[in-house]
Amino acid sequence: MSANGSGPASAWTQVELARHVDRPYSLDYIQAIFRNFIELHGDRLFGDDHALIGGPASLDGQTVMVIAQQKGRTTAERALRNFGMANPEGYRKALRLVRQAERFQFPIIAFVDTPAAFPGAGAEERGIAWAIAENLVAFSQLAVPIVTLVVGEGGSGGALGIGVGDRLLMMEHSIYSVAPPETCASILWRDISHKVEAAEALKLTARDLHGLGLVDEVVPEPVGGAQNDYGLAADAAGAAVRRHLSALTAIPIARLLQERYERYRRIGLSPAQPSVKTVRRARQP
Amino acid sequence: MFRQKPRYVALPQAARATVGEEVDRLSCPKCEIALEPARLEAAHRVCYRCGYHFRLRAGERIEMLLDPNTFEEEGQDVVATDVLGFNDSQPYVTRIEKSRAETGLNEAAVWGEGVVGGHRVVTVVLDFAFMGGSMGAATGEKITTAIERAIHRRLPLIIVSASGGARMQEGVLSLMQMAKTSAALGRLAAVRVPFFSLLTDPTMGGVTASFASVADVILAEPGAMIGFAGSRVIQQATYETLPEGFQTAEFLLKHGMIDMVVPRAELPATFRQLLDLYDHQPVEPAQPVEAPVPATRPAIVP
Ligand SMILES: [Zn+2]
Repeated sequence: MSANGSGPASAWTQVELARHVDRPYSLDYIQAIFRNFIELHGDRLFGDDHALIGGPASLDGQTVMVIAQQKGRTTAERALRNFGMANPEGYRKALRLVRQAERFQFPIIAFVDTPAAFPGAGAEERGIAWAIAENLVAFSQLAVPIVTLVVGEGGSGGALGIGVGDRLLMMEHSIYSVAPPETCASILWRDISHKVEAAEALKLTARDLHGLGLVDEVVPEPVGGAQNDYGLAADAAGAAVRRHLSALTAIPIARLLQERYERYRRIGLSPAQPSVKTVRRARQP
Repeated sequence: MFRQKPRYVALPQAARATVGEEVDRLSCPKCEIALEPARLEAAHRVCYRCGYHFRLRAGERIEMLLDPNTFEEEGQDVVATDVLGFNDSQPYVTRIEKSRAETGLNEAAVWGEGVVGGHRVVTVVLDFAFMGGSMGAATGEKITTAIERAIHRRLPLIIVSASGGARMQEGVLSLMQMAKTSAALGRLAAVRVPFFSLLTDPTMGGVTASFASVADVILAEPGAMIGFAGSRVIQQATYETLPEGFQTAEFLLKHGMIDMVVPRAELPATFRQLLDLYDHQPVEPAQPVEAPVPATRPAIVP
């Protein structure tokens, strides 16, 4: 990675690091940061999704609700975890758990690590878009603090489906993108080999997104990446989560919800940016 | 105080030849008969033989859905900005300018107040001809502003979707419009204002996975393609054989994802019926709206 963190090579390097097979996955962080994590299962509608997991855990004596996208490391695990791509059941289980968290006033910690929501016929039949959309509305209104940490890949709507909250943190070598660079390249360049340029253009690195004001904190990783030292990576992640959570806990809930609304409300238009010339249409008097 | 004159905006209908719609061939893509333009227009661009629904431009949609001459467009000057400096085979700015010239619109979303079946409503229409109806920050801004208008004025909301999803050239800024519009709809639901979502061909990706699918009542036009992932992406990822009629409006109805499939000609009557049931407010005359400027509203210079 170059020192200034810019240039096509660097964005693509981040993509490769974010997808590194030895990178710590959500459960590695969860086991290091929390105590007494107990996984709860099922959406009470159709099934249980092993790509999107969750349950209560203890953080310094306080119960929190953890939800996380989980990838697999071995071939069998990867199949079980569906490569971290959740079906509607995963999003609906997450919704069940965060509603429970709200009822018991447990803060929510979400770990994001998914290439995408699962693109499958069954997922479409069971309304993957509906499940994600419902979570976007619900998470925007949950009356408990929510901290989101992207540990690897923040893949589009699949990530956002558990990613709405009060703070967005990203591990230093994680990415967050509206589409995988490969998809972007094949659509806009009509050639997947342009994935390196696409990765750069999408501004998907933690540093870029921090620069755009979308990310609250970039959590430092061990030299060369989190795969080199799980303990150090988890310590940094745990410290960041604790710090942001304690700041959020001090905010009265009505103000927290207002701030959460405004956080998303202001994303988009920046009058300082040069805009292209406006077409003015004739208005009838 | 001066009362602002209502602005009845004539939305452009021209330039159809450049936006690649099938109607230019004047034959139906489904039953392949040659179509008489005048007769097709009279049928709101539904094939008068087989019922194939051609895509409508935003202006045409507003004309067929709203009571005549009641639409007052807002936020015409909200435009996309190239925050990322995105440049693929051509700069994003060039793409936007081309889309503007071709469609006569400034953005993929058109919104305003109008009257449907005698009920005053806030309505948003996405135009697929403008960069595939994709949701950039300006698109999301217009949709969110419309939702907030519906909240402040307690007016029922109708959103007509036609979109390929997120606008890639705006990266995560585009993605976050899903959260922004959905959060606003959460507030709309909290004040008990009804929201009706009409899904038209095509409604995909981040639009389906946000505002389009969290309505009180979801309607779709016959044959419309509606879903999250595209069928090509699904086949590449899973090698699955997709069932007949996969991701059509009828498929979604069967799977319980939408409330009804309504032929275009019946839409005005259906909306009137819904509004009669859900909206008990008398029609108020159009008024200039002043106060409801949210504290966070970006400083958009009109
Ligand atoms: Zn036909």
